[in-house]
This record gives sequence, C-alpha cells and structure tokens, in this order.
Amino acid sequence: MKKLIFFFLIPVLFLNAQIEFPVLKNYANDFTNTLDNSELNILNSALKRFDDSTSNQIIFLMIASLNGYSLEDYTYQTATRNKIGSAKNNNGVLFFVAKDDRQMRIEVGYGLEGSLPDALTNSILRNEVRPYFKQGDYYTGISAGLNAIIAATRGEYKGEPKGDGGKGGGFPFIFIIIAIIIISSIFRKGGGGGGGLLPWIILGSLGGRGGGWGGSGGFGGGSGGFGGFSGGGGSFGGGGSSGSW
Amino acid sequence: MKKGWIIALGITAVIFIIGFIIVSWGVSRYNSFVGLNEGVNQAWSQVENVYQRRADLVPNLVATVKGVANFEKETYTAVTEARAKVGQIKITGDQLGDAQAFQKFQQAQDGLSSALSRLLVVSENYPQLKANENFLQLQAQLEGTENRITVERQKFTQVVQEYNIAIKRFPSAIIANFSGFKEKQYFKAQEGAAQAPKVQF
Repeated sequence: MKKLIFFFLIPVLFLNAQIEFPVLKNYANDFTNTLDNSELNILNSALKRFDDSTSNQIIFLMIASLNGYSLEDYTYQTATRNKIGSAKNNNGVLFFVAKDDRQMRIEVGYGLEGSLPDALTNSILRNEVRPYFKQGDYYTGISAGLNAIIAATRGEYKGEPKGDGGKGGGFPFIFIIIAIIIISSIFRKGGGGGGGLLPWIILGSLGGRGGGWGGSGGFGGGSGGFGGFSGGGGSFGGGGSSGSW
Repeated sequence: MKKGWIIALGITAVIFIIGFIIVSWGVSRYNSFVGLNEGVNQAWSQVENVYQRRADLVPNLVATVKGVANFEKETYTAVTEARAKVGQIKITGDQLGDAQAFQKFQQAQDGLSSALSRLLVVSENYPQLKANENFLQLQAQLEGTENRITVERQKFTQVVQEYNIAIKRFPSAIIANFSGFKEKQYFKAQEGAAQAPKVQF
C-alpha cells in the first residue's frame, strides 16, 4: 500500500531536494561498509570479467539511505550520469540497494530491456534477493541477484577486446598490486593519519582510468580496485523494477 | 568616370559579401532547427512507444482481475474505457504545435493513468491477486512502464524546451518564422498530481 502511494507521488518528489549522485569507480560499490574487502573483490572481478567478455556492464551500488528521495529517479540519474553500458548497445545495468530504507531496484539500460524485462527483474528481486536480505545475509542476496542478472544477459552482446590492459602486462601488474597491498598494510600498522589513502591513489593512477578523486567523497568502502569501472556512454529509459524486503 | 566604376564595384562587392554572410548564417540556423526538430520528433516517438506499451498491457491486466471472484466491476470498466479513449487520440510529430490536440492527448493519457492507479489500489484488497504470479508480473510491468513514461516525458520536455528557446531567440527567430518552425507543446504537470490518491476502504 505504502509503496503504491509512493509510486504515484514520484512527480512531486522530483521537485524536492538537491541530491548528490555518486561517481562510481568500481563495478561493486558499497558505501555502507556492509561487505568486507574480499567479498567486494569477488564481486568486482566477476563483474569485470563479465564486462570484458560480453561488454555488458553490470554495476552494483549500496548506500545507506535515500533520505526520502525518489528511488526510481535516483537510480535513473546515477546510472545515466555514470554512463553505464556502451554508447552503441546501451547495455548497462545498475543493481541498487538502499540498506536502511530496505529498498532496492534493478535499473536496466535500453539495450538490455529485451533480455531483462521488468517482470524478470521483479522476480529476481522477489525470489532471489529478498529471501536472503530478510535474513540479513546481504552478500549472498547480492551475489544471487547479480548471478541472475548475468545469466539473463549472457549472450546478448559480444565483448570487444579492449585496448588497455593487454594480457602481456598482466603478470608484472599483479606483482605491483601485491607490493602495494603489502606497503598499504605497513602504512596502516604505522597508524599514520591519512596513510590508508596513498595506496589507492597509486592504484588509481596505475589503472589509468577516470581522473578526479574528489566529488562524491563517499569512497569509504574502499573496494579492491584494479581495473576500476569506467562508463561507456550507455543510456537508460527507466526500465527495470523496484522492490523492498 | 573610372573612379565611379570602382566605387560602384566596391559597393556591389560589399553588398554581395554581407549578403553571403547573412545567407550562410541563415542556412546554418535553419540546419540547426532541422536538427532540433528531428530530436523532438525522436523523443516524441519514444513517448508514444512507452504509452503504447502501457496500452498493450491493459487487456491482460483487466483479464486477470476479471478472473478474481467479485472484483469491483466499475474499476476495471473505467480502465477499459480510458484505454479505448487513449486508442482514439494519436498525435504525430507535425501536430506537436497544436495546443488543443496536445492537451486532449495528455488528458486521455492522464485519464488512463488515474484509472490504472485506482485499479492497483483496489487490487490490494484482494489477497488472491497478491499471490497470483501472473498478476504480480503484470503489476511489475505496469510499474516499469509508468516509470519509463516519466523518464521519456522528462526527456521530451527537455528537448522541446531547447527547441522552443532556439526558435524564439532573436535574431534566429526571424529565420524560424520565415521557414515555418513553430513553438511546440510539452507536458505540463498533471492537475492534482501533487495530491496522493484518496483511498477509500
């Protein structure tokens, strides 16, 4: 009932409140510190691999609360501003969770509306994600949801090999990352004030994508970050569905 | 005699150059109007698509709630009637300048919106429907479509405003007038949309 009234209030909600939309740097973004680093790493690399092989960009975002802002508008704006998906295929998906509001939504780009119709996204939220969220098991719910999205969109488009990060460079790159992780742990033990940030800056510059660390300010989650996400210019038309638990 | 010739030639050249500049400016303005106009038409066809998508959902939805014992008849007949009205009123890209036709279109669509929202509100009273997978899917599709409508309407309004500003701005307005580019209509906030629907139990 409440949800319905909310739904028809959308035009009103558009008017209120200037809100900041996050700039997403990773495939899996958690601004609530619910997931630990290894969990985020698993999601990140799975989503990155999926992007590399199919060019479908599936992005996960969890925030604490919308503070009364319209869910549908928030996900639409966030997905559009971060240009999830490629400009050619518009094949982006945003799986969004507002943890304290107990609201979630799958926002689907134009190009994937065929393989992820509203009824399917709705049943993913209801049948795959909600049961786990109800038990407070966020990680399992999220990965079940992402897996279902991946299964539905596999085979829709073919991935095009990307210019950067060729296979040859892979091996030494891993070494550098290990070195950075070691250094960062030393820094943390040292207890230096802003020491934790330095390795991420190095990582960011190594990744060579998307500049500007300012803006959202919500980097708190600190997910493991090589080969961060960068949008390809996909556009959205409000497809997908919302749910709660 | 010779001097006069040179002056006359000079004046002609200057007039010619000025004329050329004006014409090429006019052509570039004209071309930009054509581009903007095309953008409006494209956005409009998206709006029509999503409205059509909603209209296509109605028969299934009505059939599903009809199947439920003693579902309020007035509610779904109102939806069917509103759906029929929507089917009669179509607007092509060329008619977007027609304020009356546009208002009629918006009225018909808003009528269907409110009939559908009433149907969804009423359906909350029927637990059979909430357990019906088919109905839940239709509801999800309907919600998704309403959201698409909101998005496409917003996009449409944006491009129309851009277009309207471009053709009304001086001195481009002269070219717009001359070549028949007219102001276009866009969606106004629905009357009463600011109030939550009243629910009676």
